[in-house]
Amino acid sequence: MHGDNRLPRSLAETAGKSESCAGCPNQQACATGTAPTGPDPAERMATVKHKILVLSCKGGVGKSTFRYMRAKHAKNNNFGWSPVYVNDNLGVVSISLMHSESDDEPAIWRGPRKNDLIKQFLKEVHWGDHIDYLVVDTPPGTSDEHITLVQCLLDTGIDGAIIVTTPQEVAMADVRKGVNFCKKIGVSVLGVVENMSGLTQPLSDVKFMKLTTETGSSVDVTQDMISCIRENAPELLDGVFAWSQVFDSSGGGAERMCEEMGVPFLGKVPLDPQLGRAAERGKSCFEANKCSVSAPALKSIIEKVVASIKMKEDLSGGENKETP
Amino acid sequence: MENGEIPENANEHCPGPQSETAGKSDSCAGCPNQEVCATAPKGPDPDLVAIAERMSTVKHKILVLSGKGGVGKSTFSAQLSFALAGMDHQVGLMDIDICGPSMPKMLGLEGHEIHQSNLGWSPVYVEDNLGVMSIGFMLPNSDEAVVWRGPRKNALIKQFLKDVYWGEIDYLVVDAPPGTSDEHISIVQYLQATGIDGAIIVTTPQEVSLIDVRKEVSFCKKVGVPVLGVVENMSGLCQPLADVTFMKVQSELGLSVDVTHEVISCLRKNAPELVNVLAYSEVFDRSGGGAENCSFDPQLCKAAEQGKSCFEGDNKCSVSAPALKSIIEKVVALIKDEDGAHQ
Repeated sequence: MHGDNRLPRSLAETAGKSESCAGCPNQQACATGTAPTGPDPAERMATVKHKILVLSCKGGVGKSTFRYMRAKHAKNNNFGWSPVYVNDNLGVVSISLMHSESDDEPAIWRGPRKNDLIKQFLKEVHWGDHIDYLVVDTPPGTSDEHITLVQCLLDTGIDGAIIVTTPQEVAMADVRKGVNFCKKIGVSVLGVVENMSGLTQPLSDVKFMKLTTETGSSVDVTQDMISCIRENAPELLDGVFAWSQVFDSSGGGAERMCEEMGVPFLGKVPLDPQLGRAAERGKSCFEANKCSVSAPALKSIIEKVVASIKMKEDLSGGENKETP
Repeated sequence: MENGEIPENANEHCPGPQSETAGKSDSCAGCPNQEVCATAPKGPDPDLVAIAERMSTVKHKILVLSGKGGVGKSTFSAQLSFALAGMDHQVGLMDIDICGPSMPKMLGLEGHEIHQSNLGWSPVYVEDNLGVMSIGFMLPNSDEAVVWRGPRKNALIKQFLKDVYWGEIDYLVVDAPPGTSDEHISIVQYLQATGIDGAIIVTTPQEVSLIDVRKEVSFCKKVGVPVLGVVENMSGLCQPLADVTFMKVQSELGLSVDVTHEVISCLRKNAPELVNVLAYSEVFDRSGGGAENCSFDPQLCKAAEQGKSCFEGDNKCSVSAPALKSIIEKVVALIKDEDGAHQ
C-alpha cells in the first residue's frame, strides 16, 4: 500500500529505476519517459524567473479565480505554442482554450493522456524571452497531474506552493494532506489561504423571510424590516453589512492548522459574491472597486507571497534556480 | 473511451487498443496512447466475473457525480445514505475519492478500520443497515497524502467492488471525486455488466459550475449512464436572523463596529414579530437555476462535520433538510418507476 508513496527524492533521475518502483504500473513509463515533442522543460523554463503552484487537494475552494477568454492557441511555428494574452503582460494556457468543440464536451481522459498534455504545455509553450512569474493552477487532489508537474519542474526549481482552503474541518483534512504532499516532494509551502471565510454583504442585498409554520410557506418581510429600522434607528441603515459564518470554523480554521503544521498562514478572504461575478466575467477584482470586501484581503495575501519569494531570492543571493 | 475503438489521436496504422500488439507494434511508436495500450489488460477482464458476483446482491446502484469540486457532493452522498437507511433500506456507501476521502468524517466513522472475514472485506457500519467503504479507513495517518497515479487508484476501486462483502443491500451509493477521469471511467467500466441505475449530479448555481455540469451530463450520455437528476446546492444562504452579525463601517477610519445588539433591540421594541425571521442572501451568482435546489445551511455543514444525519436529532437543519428530503424522495420514486417499467 505504501511502497510507491515513497517517491524517489530526485524524481527525474531515479524515476522507474529505484527499488521502490518495482512492480509499479508506471515503472516502464517513468524509466523510459513518454515522448511529447519540443525542447526539454528546462529550456523553456530558463526564461521563467519564479514558479508558483496553486494547490488545494479539495475542490471548489476558489483556486481558479478567473475565467479564460475564448480563443484558440495560435501555433507559432518558430517558437512553439503561444499563450492567449489577456493583456500585454498576462498570458494564459489551458485545455479549454484548445477545444474546437463546445464547452460541454468533457475530457474523459485517464492519467497518461493528461500527463502528456501537461508535458506538452511545459515543452511546447513559448512564454517569451522573460516572464517573472509562472502561476500553475492545479485540479483538486494529489494525483497524476501533480506528480507529473513536479517531476517535470523540480529540476528547474519551484519557488513554492500556495494552498487554498475553506474554513471547515473536512477541507482542513485535505489541506493537511496537501502540506504533507509538498513536504514529501520537496516543494516549499509559501502559505495557506482561507477562502470563503464568512459572508459579508451590504444590508441592502439581504432578504428577510418569515416562515408560517402551519403552511410551511414564507412571506417576504424585507420592506417591513427596513421600514422599522428607518423609522426608529436610521443610523443603522448606512454603511451596515450583514456578516454570516457560512462554513463552520469552530475547529480553528486554517490559521490554527498552519500553527500546528508549521507553515505560514497568508490570510482570510471573505466570501464575496462580487468576486464570484468578477471571476465569471474574466475581470480582475482589483479594478472597478466592486470587490470592496475581498480585494483588500487578496491584495494583502498576494503582497505577502511576493515578499516571501523576494526574501528567499535575496537570501540565496539571486540564485533561486538549481543549475540543470 | 477504451472499448476497442481506435482513439482519435492514435497513429495512422493503429492495431487497436485491444489487439495483442497494442502499444508494442512498430506503428505504435510515438503514439500518445502507447503506454496505456501496452500496459492495459487485453480481452475480457476476469475480475469482472468476481464483481458481477458481488453486485448480484445489490439491488440499485447510484453514482453521485460533480463536474466541479466543493459543490457538496460528498455531503449529499452522506445525507442520501442516511435518508435511505432511515427509510429502512439496506444501504452501502462506497467512497471512490482516493485522494480526498470524506466519507469517514461525514458518517462519524473516523479512526475505524476495515476488518476482513472469510466472506471478504467488511464495510464499516454506522448503523446495522448502513455500511461504508473508503480508503480513509485504510490510512495509518489521515494526514498522509495519497499520491497515486491513475492505475493504482483504479486497482483499489476494483478491489472495493470485488473484495468487499456488502451482503444483500437495496442501494449502493458511490461517491466519486470531481471530474471525468480514471475513477469515473473505471467505475463505469467495472459496473457496466451489472448496470448502474443512474447518476445524480451535484452543482452550485454559478456559471463556472454549470459549465462543468454540462460536461458531466455529456459524460453520462457517452457512457450510457442515465442521469437521475441534477441538484443545485448552496442555492443562496438562508439563516435564522439570530445567526447574523451586523457591522457598521466607520468610513473615516475604515474600522467596523458590531451593531447587532442595536438592530435586534430596535426590532424587539418596535416589531417583535420580526425577530424570528430568516435572512436570505444569494451567495453564488445564479444564471438561471433550473434544477431542484438546496440552500446553503451552515447547520448542514456542522452536521456533516460531526458525522450526523441532518434528518435526525433536534432538527437543526431546518433550512436544508426539507429540501434534501424532497430531492431524495424523487430519486427513490424515479428508481422505483424504472424498476416497474422493466418488470
